[in-house]
Amino acid sequence: MSMLNSDNLTFEYIRRDEEGNVESITKALDGVSLEIKKGDFVAILGHNGSGKSTFAKHINAILMPTEGTLYVDGMDTREEEHLWDIRQRAGMVFQNPDNQIIATVVEEDVGFGPENLGVPTEEIWKRVEESLKAVGMYEYRTHSPNKLSGGQKQRVAIAGIMAMKPQCIVLDEPTAMLDPNGRREVIRTVRELNRREKVTVLLITHYMEEVIHADKVIVMDDGKIVMQGTPREIFSQVEKLKSYRMDVPQVTELSYELKRAGMPLPDGILSVEEFVEACGRLRQSGGFGE
Amino acid sequence: MSIILDKLNYVYSPGTAYEKQALGDIDLVIGDGEFIGLIGHTGSGKSTLIQHLNGLVKATGGGVYYNGADIYDPDYNLKELRTKVGLVFQYPEHQLFETTVLRDVQFGPKNLGLTPLEIDLRAYEALKQVGIPDELIDASPFELSGGQKRRVAIAGVLAMKPEVLVLDEPTAGLDPKGRDEILDQIEKIHDEQHITVILVSHSMEDVAKYVGRIIVMNHGRVAFDDTPENVFAHYKELEKIGLAAPQVTYAMHALQEHGISVRTDVTTVEEAKNAVLAAFRGWQR
Repeated sequence: MSMLNSDNLTFEYIRRDEEGNVESITKALDGVSLEIKKGDFVAILGHNGSGKSTFAKHINAILMPTEGTLYVDGMDTREEEHLWDIRQRAGMVFQNPDNQIIATVVEEDVGFGPENLGVPTEEIWKRVEESLKAVGMYEYRTHSPNKLSGGQKQRVAIAGIMAMKPQCIVLDEPTAMLDPNGRREVIRTVRELNRREKVTVLLITHYMEEVIHADKVIVMDDGKIVMQGTPREIFSQVEKLKSYRMDVPQVTELSYELKRAGMPLPDGILSVEEFVEACGRLRQSGGFGE
Repeated sequence: MSIILDKLNYVYSPGTAYEKQALGDIDLVIGDGEFIGLIGHTGSGKSTLIQHLNGLVKATGGGVYYNGADIYDPDYNLKELRTKVGLVFQYPEHQLFETTVLRDVQFGPKNLGLTPLEIDLRAYEALKQVGIPDELIDASPFELSGGQKRRVAIAGVLAMKPEVLVLDEPTAGLDPKGRDEILDQIEKIHDEQHITVILVSHSMEDVAKYVGRIIVMNHGRVAFDDTPENVFAHYKELEKIGLAAPQVTYAMHALQEHGISVRTDVTTVEEAKNAVLAAFRGWQR
């Protein structure tokens, strides 16, 4: 079953002068065709201005395609009668936690979404409790959000989305403003939601180490999909990634550099554990005995 | 030329229920021409600390001395201090407001009462230092990409000709190449203009690559103050205070634990590469 299905999705920003004549057209998305299955964890990489966020904004119909079609759970985002269903099914989490929190108490903030969906009160409280437990913020339910750390605020924002029982969460650089601890908290939470609650996750990020656990990585450049595959397939292509202004995790780069210097290491090493294992094997294999 | 912080203390909302000690007994000497990384988790006091450096926030105890002069002296010219110590806040592109890139950068020097020629010279020079191409000089700042906007904002501070440049997370939200470009330019400015640079960052990899000294803040106090190698050797303590070492530092310690003897005082990919190659060549012999 596909959660998202985009067919030749194209979006143009049209700039007009004061008389309303077209001054310039920028293709922010250019023929993006892509399928994301239910339950997948997909990461999107791409430099600033590559079209990632424009794509994300199509998923809950904040933007409509200029050409092509995007189906969210089988619904065409251009058909207005599906608008509320689509927004309930695909929730978005943005970069700045302070822009997403509106209530003065954590549990009220989380309840805001389902309340607006017309969920009965008792059910709202049940959902609030479940979502806060799912992101590990239940003990903060009566706290004021502005006393929380950035990572905690983002988890509250994610709980607010979870309370709407979406099938898909789109996170647009959710960790860009957080410190290393906050980043780890948020990514761990998102991975758990994906694994335990089977929520489809679309994670947009500039941090390479956050995508190594994804099922699939998509690289965008100039409004197009230029690379897609498993993290290992993507991170095996160090030079190509760099040409798209991307990077690889430090240990991947280290392995790549060592290989270029003559050490027979495998391609696409993604973690410290894999690196140590590969070095250990190398040492044990013949020719390098002490 | 130096900044001396002497037993600096700062308490928010003293005497109220919200009283909170943000900085406690900070003793630091920041020497001329240093390139310093300031790290610490959110709320550790980094931003409060840097706002003391140009007198934006006044300490509730202790003193700040700039080139030997007490900045809290009633006769001290704080306005001049603020041109000498340039602060680039987080997301500085939100502060762009003029109609063209050039005018935005000219704004600071104009307020110094310089001649039009000097204002132009400074603006053009600053834009060149941050790598903004000539054809963008008359563009609206709002037409630029995120990375370009940020560089224009940094140029606005450079045009004041600061002796100390403090940047609060200058790479937040930029793509990897954009981060490298900005930091490379800052390094170049540091090397060529011989100015002191203080870089507040959440990226241990960036800090390790560029700076010569790291100051680690925790609960409003200085937890470590040393070279990157020595600071990241305390990676276990850093984790306890919400930080980490660069990934390559972990990789070297992990090799060591698996009985593969390598140098562990590495903080960059380049250093790690040399450490592993040295070990590897050892096995080959």
